[in-house]
Amino acid sequence: MSMIEVRNVTKIFGENPAEALRLLREGAAKDEILAKTGCTVGLRDVSLEIKRGEIFVIMGLSGSGKSTLIRHFNRLIDPTDGQILFEGEDILKYDARRLEKFRREKLGMVFQRFGLMPHRTVLENAAYGLSVRGVPRAEREAKAMEWLKTVGLEGFEKQYPGQLSGGMQQRVGLARALANDPDALLMDEAFSALDPLIRGQMQDQLVELQAQLRKTIVFITHDLDEALRLGDRIAILKDGALVQVGTPNEILLEPADDYVRAFVRDVNRAKVLTVEKLMKPPAHRIAHDDLDRALAEMRKAGETYGFVYRSGAFQGVLTEAALQVAVAEGSSASPSELAQEPPRIEHGSALAEALPMAMGTDLPLAVMQDDQLRGFVHQERIGEVLAMEPAPEPPAEAGPPPAAREAQKQAEDARPAA
Amino acid sequence: MFVDLGKPIADGVNQFVRHLIVNYGDGFEAVSGFILKILLFIETGLRDLHPAVLLAVVFGLAWASSRHLLMAAGLTFLMWLIGCFGLWEQAMQTLAIVLVAVLISALIGLPLGVLSARSTRFRAVLSPILDLMQTIPSFVYLIPAAMLFGLGKVPAVLATVIYAAPPLIRLTELGIRQVNAEVVEASRAFGATRWQMLRGVQLPLALPSIMAGLNQTMMMALAMVVIASMIGARGVGETVLLGLQRNDAGRGLIGGLVIVILAIVLDRITQNFGRRMQIRGGEG
Repeated sequence: MSMIEVRNVTKIFGENPAEALRLLREGAAKDEILAKTGCTVGLRDVSLEIKRGEIFVIMGLSGSGKSTLIRHFNRLIDPTDGQILFEGEDILKYDARRLEKFRREKLGMVFQRFGLMPHRTVLENAAYGLSVRGVPRAEREAKAMEWLKTVGLEGFEKQYPGQLSGGMQQRVGLARALANDPDALLMDEAFSALDPLIRGQMQDQLVELQAQLRKTIVFITHDLDEALRLGDRIAILKDGALVQVGTPNEILLEPADDYVRAFVRDVNRAKVLTVEKLMKPPAHRIAHDDLDRALAEMRKAGETYGFVYRSGAFQGVLTEAALQVAVAEGSSASPSELAQEPPRIEHGSALAEALPMAMGTDLPLAVMQDDQLRGFVHQERIGEVLAMEPAPEPPAEAGPPPAAREAQKQAEDARPAA
Repeated sequence: MFVDLGKPIADGVNQFVRHLIVNYGDGFEAVSGFILKILLFIETGLRDLHPAVLLAVVFGLAWASSRHLLMAAGLTFLMWLIGCFGLWEQAMQTLAIVLVAVLISALIGLPLGVLSARSTRFRAVLSPILDLMQTIPSFVYLIPAAMLFGLGKVPAVLATVIYAAPPLIRLTELGIRQVNAEVVEASRAFGATRWQMLRGVQLPLALPSIMAGLNQTMMMALAMVVIASMIGARGVGETVLLGLQRNDAGRGLIGGLVIVILAIVLDRITQNFGRRMQIRGGEG
């Protein structure tokens, strides 16, 4: 079920949105609209659906409109055009009172620079959402205290935010958002202002918390590694328009265009991709005892190995080489006896784990889940994915991060020599 | 080359003031009576108070604001000097006028400051009016004020408010506009109403700036004391005025010193309170 649904949302900043909207509909570019009307296009016909209980990451470079987009979900910014539904309700119809109630009860938000109140203690900050709702002091402070404990800030409740480190301040921000028990959590570059090490810890904590809470989380970031680490699904924005929405594997394996391709080039695929994404059902089955026929069939199919089944049960993998030897020797062994046990790997393992196993064998890897065979991963496929061709040319304007550009260059320089 | 605008404007204004006096005289008198009541209440309170009690209060406030024994003792000593100059009673009258003027300035200034922080359009209208209030010679409005409210303390208080309120309005606005935008946004995102946002976030965080405004207002109110005494407000200003009129330089100097002492005492106390708030806001 979709929690938040955005339909054809366009946001134009400036004095003359109507004219800018008209130009936009005619397909004018951002720069052209700015030159003609003085208006900036913040979002451009964005439609997406966020499902209940998922971590939905919106990602893009600065200026891509991601912070503008997340502020539409609680109407800190109103769209120029389009619809926003929350649990199927049109929140653009809300009047000021109803909107306040909606923000209090349904949403929590975490900010890049924390947005804590410097004149209130950590406890008072964590209880802020509840105090706005009018929850009595004792009750709201008890609840806030619980959440401060959950995020690991017990003992700091009497301090002021200015006395805490950045990571701790953001934990207060997280506790404040969660104390409200919101249906959805909006996190705007929540970890971007933190040191890399602290950021990693916070990401882990969020993943841990989410395993228990199963909230709907909208997470904004400009960091692809963070997006891949946290996201159940990822949306990529460029110049206010949605470029691609998909699971991390989809983004990595089927980038929608050169922009996304340039984005994902730097990612360590071996770490991010999981084996089941490359998994295939057994291609060539051998279900009889005739070795000559089996060899002929395997050659005809152009395979170098076959999967031996007996009455529906998997017996092992028989290679063409082994089969050839057996036929030449006139062996009377059955294919099940000649078949070899392939190496096993757990469903959900990263390619990095599969790689050494694949190197040590000629057989495909068997992907297991709860002791059930799910499918096979062929070595060639692992090689293909890891060596995926880089994009021919990064997008000119607002292109990929410098590191990606650098990598691209190196790849190009290396090509003629290779 | 020039069109004569001076005469029609002057005539128009005169007619308008006369029209006000004739038709709304009672209303002005009622307002005047109300302000006078508050003023007299505070003034008699201050004058009936034994000087020793007031000195103790000054010491207490100075200590509470600065946590500095020397500062508290010094300010108390200065107040004691006023008594030694023989101007205690006049000083209390002046203090009463200043306090009432500051009170009215705060009542008007805070809401105006909040409004102009909220609406750029309102600010665009208010800003030139504030400039006018601060720069126009005070005699220009002292005369009609005296005509409308009668001679004495009330027009003095109102003239003081006109002169002294602008810094409070400006610094309130500035303070609110300077509150960290993300903190305000956070409060909005959690569904705070405008009033909750103002009371819980904007005003507390703007407090150091508002205190600076209050301090400025107090200083400007004291600066008006001598001028206000020209339309019959009693107090230290009258002493200075008498010194001028009778060519009594010594007396004028003593009056002037008392005003300076009052200014120093009020300034240090309010400034230190403001600083304390800033420290709390800073560490927080």
